[in-house]
Amino acid sequence: MSSESAMQQSRVKLHDMSLRDGMHSKQHQISIEEMVNIATGLDDAGMPLIEVTHGDGLGGASVNYGFPAHTDEDYLRAVVPKMKQAKVSALLLPGIGTVDHLRMAQDCGVSTIRVATHCTEADVSQQHIQYAAGQGLDTVGFLMMAHMVSAEALLEQASLMASYGANCVYCTDSAGFMLPEEVSEKIGLLRDKLPANVEIGFHGHHNLAMGVANSVAAIRAGASRIDGSVAGLGAGAGNTPLEVLVAVMHRMGMATGIDLYKIMDVAEDRVVPMMDQPIRIDRDALTLGYAGVYSSFLLFAKRAEQRYGISARDVLVELGRRGTVGGQEDMIEDLALTMAREKGLVAAGAGS
Amino acid sequence: MAVKQRAAIIGSGNIGTDLLMKMSRSEWVEPVWMVGIDPDSEGLKRAEKLGVKTTSDGVDGLLPMVERDGITLAFDATSAYAHAENSRKLNALGVTMIDLTPAAIGPFCVPPVNLAALGGDTVNNVNMVTCGGQATIPMVAAVSRVQRVTYGEIVATVASRSIGPGTRMNIDEFTRTTAKAVELVGGAEQGKAIIVINPAEPPLMMRDTVHCLVDGEPQQEAITRSVHAMVAEVQRYVPGYKLVNGPVFDGQRVSLFLEVEGLGDFLPKYAGNLDIMTAAALRTAEMLVQRAQEAV
Repeated sequence: MSSESAMQQSRVKLHDMSLRDGMHSKQHQISIEEMVNIATGLDDAGMPLIEVTHGDGLGGASVNYGFPAHTDEDYLRAVVPKMKQAKVSALLLPGIGTVDHLRMAQDCGVSTIRVATHCTEADVSQQHIQYAAGQGLDTVGFLMMAHMVSAEALLEQASLMASYGANCVYCTDSAGFMLPEEVSEKIGLLRDKLPANVEIGFHGHHNLAMGVANSVAAIRAGASRIDGSVAGLGAGAGNTPLEVLVAVMHRMGMATGIDLYKIMDVAEDRVVPMMDQPIRIDRDALTLGYAGVYSSFLLFAKRAEQRYGISARDVLVELGRRGTVGGQEDMIEDLALTMAREKGLVAAGAGS
Repeated sequence: MAVKQRAAIIGSGNIGTDLLMKMSRSEWVEPVWMVGIDPDSEGLKRAEKLGVKTTSDGVDGLLPMVERDGITLAFDATSAYAHAENSRKLNALGVTMIDLTPAAIGPFCVPPVNLAALGGDTVNNVNMVTCGGQATIPMVAAVSRVQRVTYGEIVATVASRSIGPGTRMNIDEFTRTTAKAVELVGGAEQGKAIIVINPAEPPLMMRDTVHCLVDGEPQQEAITRSVHAMVAEVQRYVPGYKLVNGPVFDGQRVSLFLEVEGLGDFLPKYAGNLDIMTAAALRTAEMLVQRAQEAV
């Protein structure tokens, strides 16, 4: 897949994250009305697939990741019936959610199940991928923090997910750390070595402003599914802004099936007004990308800064140094307490 | 001086071997048999070197020896699938089972929390919950014995190398079983469990976070005292059990941040999650033996 003309023929499927990854940036407090408003706007604009789940996936409702305004089930039951052409997906992280949650999502009418693990731990996804594939659902394996391993190691893990029954496997740049060359190498190897009937996907974050460039690199290397968020609503500096990616793809002569003006309007009129803070590359989001840290740690680190007087940037850099992975949100307060104690900002034997 | 009770360990893998090494130091329990299914297994060879009798014929190889060798205790470190049969056969011969698998036929046991309350002679099978459960439920209980815990949540973060294929293939069992024990043993009205696997090298030490939501304003002093007392109880059998930070009080939330370093008997020190299972299983047996002998 090298010539632009070949790309024009095989359409790339775009997948909106604003109602799942975007939950991180809203501390999981998106209202049912906002969900439905954005989803119907995206549906009308021609978005083929929309993810609706707690930011940390099904079952993510917790002290550790945040309690959402509504349950996964309430969101799904509100959104799915309103869709005229778009399908709805749900994310699940084994260790947080279980097959019971998958059954619930399936009952709500979800078409796609995405099972996410750290990029070295694909074998914990076996029971969930097998369940979803066995039910005939569009089943996606989602390898997070893919910058932490080599392309060969990623291929090995992707092959496991495909062997369990995933019909699509993602290279997920959870930290927004990758540069286009790395995306090309990883997606290229996956496309080259995985069976042709297994699709390859790319999920980017915009922490180094590489979301669009990385997505273009992924498409050129053979990815056929690309995640992004309308207005970039997502963890860290957000996901690849979809309305921008659509414009770029149109400039490249690629069909997306999406009405550019309509998706621009969803971004401007529906998503931007509900943001709690501008989605931009501030120094902390930039640190995520620079230090290779899980994007949803951002607001946790900012809160730790406020509460314990430790710089969010210092906390994030240290989390990166320790090889922290997605899901370790509890480590942020723990580390901030330890750092604050070392600096004499809280008493020894903190909190007690 | 106490009379040691004689025990068999079923399963000659890493867990069984670590348990054997700990048991060799026990004042209350004496390891007599190690049961495997592979005559070439390293675990059986190691057990022989330590002077323990071995069989590679599974539990059926042990059954004829139970009476002759006075076996009263058996520790099952095989799998949930094998456990039901193992337990039935050995219970029939009057052997008490300590179950380290996720089978959970018998009641959950977290020794410093509920062993005393488990019904005396009628108990012939106790289940050790999960590694995350052993590490965190004492803390949930330390809060709930002071104040009503409406919601208890635990997050166990473990080194990738310390998680075997069995747990990986059925990770839902970990989250479900642990959450249930957070309620039944920890005393939380609603329980949730999360497990995170981290592949960093060198491997990270097991760490656990416990979040409790209490009914009303947390009774800070009483909770803090209770937590420190419980940490000391766990340290009696896991010296590397450490409260790193907390209790943190934030509204109705009480959070505790823990680290569990193993003894490094056979398993590496970072695998505190496995060490706390073998240590808790042995501690359970010792407390049962002690209790039986005090009753005489």
